[in-house]
Amino acid sequence: MSASILTPGSRRGADAMQRVVGRSLWDDARRRLKRNRAAMTGVVVLALLVLAALVGPYLSPYAYDQIDKTDVWVGPLQHGHLLGADALGRDLLVRLLMGLRVSLAIGLVATMVSLAIGVAWGAIAGYLGGRIDEAMMRIVDVLYSLPFIFFVILLMVTFGSNFILIFVAIGAVEWLTMSRIVRGQTLTLKHKEFVEAARAAGLGSSGVIARHIVPNLLGPVVVYVTLTIPAVILAESFLSFLGLGVQPPMASLGTLIATGASDMELAPWLLIFPSVVMVVTLMSFNFIGDGLRDAIDPKDR
Amino acid sequence: MLRFIGRRLLVAIPTLFVVVTAAFFMMRAAPGNPFSLDRKLPPAIERNLREKYGMNKPLPQQYLDYVGGVLKGDLGPSLKYRDKTVLGILKENYPVSLRLGLSAILLASIVGVSLGVLAAMRQNRSVDYGVMAVAILGVCVPTFVTAPLLVLGFASRLGWLPTAGWNGGALPNLVLPVTVLALPQIAIISRLTRAGMIEVLRSNYVRTARAKGLPEHRIVIRHALRAALLPLVSYLGPACAGLLTGSLVVERIFNLPGLGKFFVISALQRDYTVVMGMVIVYAGLILALNLVADLLYAVLDPRVRLA
Repeated sequence: MSASILTPGSRRGADAMQRVVGRSLWDDARRRLKRNRAAMTGVVVLALLVLAALVGPYLSPYAYDQIDKTDVWVGPLQHGHLLGADALGRDLLVRLLMGLRVSLAIGLVATMVSLAIGVAWGAIAGYLGGRIDEAMMRIVDVLYSLPFIFFVILLMVTFGSNFILIFVAIGAVEWLTMSRIVRGQTLTLKHKEFVEAARAAGLGSSGVIARHIVPNLLGPVVVYVTLTIPAVILAESFLSFLGLGVQPPMASLGTLIATGASDMELAPWLLIFPSVVMVVTLMSFNFIGDGLRDAIDPKDR
Repeated sequence: MLRFIGRRLLVAIPTLFVVVTAAFFMMRAAPGNPFSLDRKLPPAIERNLREKYGMNKPLPQQYLDYVGGVLKGDLGPSLKYRDKTVLGILKENYPVSLRLGLSAILLASIVGVSLGVLAAMRQNRSVDYGVMAVAILGVCVPTFVTAPLLVLGFASRLGWLPTAGWNGGALPNLVLPVTVLALPQIAIISRLTRAGMIEVLRSNYVRTARAKGLPEHRIVIRHALRAALLPLVSYLGPACAGLLTGSLVVERIFNLPGLGKFFVISALQRDYTVVMGMVIVYAGLILALNLVADLLYAVLDPRVRLA
């Protein structure tokens, strides 16, 4: 961190030298993030999307599962349907907003699941080391070699295809990379002076991990989280596309794109609008993730 | 070198064994069985079927029988496709996925590396921004969006290419699916190559090569690219395994007789033996390709010692 501030010849470096007092790593990161135009655009767009997904469905005159035989396959801007309607005459806009809400929720919750498992697993393996580390990481290797889809289908058929389970199933698959990143970071952290100090003061392993290791992992973990959310949204859409995810009449971006793809000859708007929303959502997450990485770990720029 | 391969195999084979064991018992722990799902069979028939496939024995015995068969190269009969064996399914459908996957990897590597090098050499100029924009788009547009859109444009509207079908792997039938599979890979590969190149172009030995007065193309291709490809090599291992075992979405949209659909269908139908066959192929590929990646690493980077 300090290396970049002190880089000779950089104008910002000179500025920073004068008021270097009392700026934490996170202040620094926030400042750098705010200067990143792509990342800030991502933040704004994402905020708008979240707002639309939360509030939008209540403002619409239609319900997401409201079938209207007179409106079957009407195009955009016809019969009061801003984005048209689908094969059952359901309003696309309100379905799109609901789908976005579902996809964002799955992205968020599944990422939290993967975060909880991955951080705990990686930190424990890295901190304890030795045989335990070896065994825990071997388990990760084995799970890596199982096809993702196999894993998810098994979870689905064992517990039935319900909504909550999709969160858990995807989260349970996505934690593998997280645990590797966290373990790597833990290995470097555990030999730092402050960990030694905590241990000398009599804190046990679990205390050190929870109070000293995990808080200091935050940087890389935050970056990886912002990149996991779009990956999860993709994974959910992929499952929905195969008919394994969200069940009708509920919609997700994946189910909307899947039905859009099958009806695209007759009603291309059913494919195009959900695709655009999907791409914009994923892009804003990726921009934020890239921006955060540059902000927290500036040596990669 | 040989010792390294030997040692890695010593780790890989037990891993494969654990994967097979885990998959076997996970599959059996799932509720339902291959004979109970679609139509309720008379108990007598179901009993006979179970007997025929050895499923009346205790589970540990079945496991031992299965592993014994696999070691002899027999993956068993499919429980759902009554006249097919698992090996038969692999032989029939795997070439399709393989051809598709290999073409996509080849295309993605060539285009991705070229774009990445181009972007790195013109860092922070319009070419660079253009390539990076393509890269971001490629990562964010999922295959199930690109595939129908490309079909809609190039097949339905323009009529240049067939909308779907395999047709013995004829070139026009390959173009769209391979492109769709390659696009996200191009995005990731060009990003990795660009990042690697930018770092390497700043290093001392590249400066030395410049100081010797070597022409730029020689520096880039002979000196820089070799080191810049290192991160790519470790990425490509697992990515290849995914591509080579077939892409569900692409095979479904283009109606191709690849292996991808068996991952889903057989697990849903509890076609135990087919599922296990898929898992073995996939896990075997992952482990083998990781080994190849490590070897390539050593070839590309003389600092890496195979120990």
